[in-house]
Amino acid sequence: MSKILNYDLVVVGGGPAGMAAALSAKDNGIPEENIIILERSDRLGGILEQCIHSGFGATYFGEMMSGPEYAQRFIDLVNETKIVVETDTMVLNLTDDNQVICSNKEDGIYAINAKAIVLAMGCRERPRGALDIAGSRPAGVMSAGAAQKYVNIDGYMPGHKVVILGSGDIGLIMARRMTLEGAKVECVCEVMPYSGGLQRNIVQCLEDFDIPLYLSCTVVEVHGKDRVTGVTIANVDEKMLPIAGTERYIECDTLLLSVGLIPENELSRQINLEMDPITRGPKVNEMRETSKRGVFACGNVLQVHDLVDFVTQESQIAGKGAAQYIKGASEPKYVTCKGINGVRYTVPQRIDINNQEEVKIYFRVANVYKDKRVVVTCGGKELWNRKKLKLAPGEMENVFIKPEDLAQMNEGDEIVVSIEEA
Amino acid sequence: MTERNLICIACPRGCAIKVTLDDNKEVVNIEGATCKNGEEYARNEVTHPMRNLTSTIKVTGGIANVAPVRTNGDIPKELLFDAMKVINQASVAAPVHVGDVVIENILNTGIDVIATNEIA
Repeated sequence: MSKILNYDLVVVGGGPAGMAAALSAKDNGIPEENIIILERSDRLGGILEQCIHSGFGATYFGEMMSGPEYAQRFIDLVNETKIVVETDTMVLNLTDDNQVICSNKEDGIYAINAKAIVLAMGCRERPRGALDIAGSRPAGVMSAGAAQKYVNIDGYMPGHKVVILGSGDIGLIMARRMTLEGAKVECVCEVMPYSGGLQRNIVQCLEDFDIPLYLSCTVVEVHGKDRVTGVTIANVDEKMLPIAGTERYIECDTLLLSVGLIPENELSRQINLEMDPITRGPKVNEMRETSKRGVFACGNVLQVHDLVDFVTQESQIAGKGAAQYIKGASEPKYVTCKGINGVRYTVPQRIDINNQEEVKIYFRVANVYKDKRVVVTCGGKELWNRKKLKLAPGEMENVFIKPEDLAQMNEGDEIVVSIEEA
Repeated sequence: MTERNLICIACPRGCAIKVTLDDNKEVVNIEGATCKNGEEYARNEVTHPMRNLTSTIKVTGGIANVAPVRTNGDIPKELLFDAMKVINQASVAAPVHVGDVVIENILNTGIDVIATNEIA
């Protein structure tokens, strides 16, 4: 170990989540020079750097901007403070006593003793290997995010005739981007009977350019030896198995995969944080504190978000929670939260009943629902009830728990979010 | 009278909007828009659709090959590909700053193309 440093707060990851958490910890009373952000890339900003499309900031700033512009707002704010930023620095290990082991070219391997840690490592794309597509391994098969980096950062077009598997937002955004740069996007195939992306992206990325979206359809074979020459697609049944006789061949030189994002939790698992099998992120309380005291998580490492605006808001909560913990927090008394009747998960998964503020519970649904009610109960008592014209898995929803309702709960009670008939 | 059902793209909320047009194709009613921008989007969409264009522009002498850019307002949808041609023929010298105007008044739309990231 080349050196051992001491900080109040170590933030792992310098994307929108990490920056917002660090700034919030400062605003909540942690001396700025006692906060450090560790970022493995050569600059702050995270994935926003390659998200050059517009649509960021509508909620948080009330204006529309591109990803890099949104990131720059926070980079400027961080640079105005004495918050310490270490780029090109990789966190290798976390220890049970809140030591962060990291490495970079100048310092080699070193350690930081932290009073609190915020995990903000983001997520990564589900890779081809997770999909079981038959065929050889020619060049031209890549994730939508990899293509996004080629086009938007490197200025290089990775293909000319494109098929996209998966209708996640990055895939839809790349359908438009590559079309504008002169590629022919043949189609987007989605194995589910609905799109996983935002409605507005179906409109402005596919319909605007007459790109077909095939639902309940998947790629069953990739053709080509050195380079992709085409793919075979087929419709799938309700068990998502290909239906014989529906196969058709589409000539293309590129297959983009936009098949989901997975929170990047290697570090969380090292310290045995209790994980949520649905979100694939740590289980947290309302301040985004994990099962280990003093360790917080926010942004896409906790749950994959649709909008960076919500990442910012969530990370401000985590930063505040970390600040409160550092200053000395009382022992929590938890009630648990769970989703039923089509509510796949909730974040947070538990709430301290001593909390004095309104708590926002985020959730996602398992299917497309029309004209339903979202109902929140605790011990049979109804706490929230709202009519919803439409609920979809691609759009994160939320409900609020009032502090006066929390005050009436007992440790161990269960808050239940469910979808009911309207 | 005709009706058009739209999904608003003005912000990520994606409101469902119903626009009613009379026989002269004049907008007589807009239903479902939850903000001013949504109403404007709906009105434009049934008369002359407008879009924000984002792309990249070639950078010379910088640490990166390209810089991200966007139109600083919406341009007519039918001009998107023509605007791409103009952007792809242009280049800008580093350093580039957020908000720098890299192309003025693109295709005489009155809209500028601005840089959206810092390229040293």
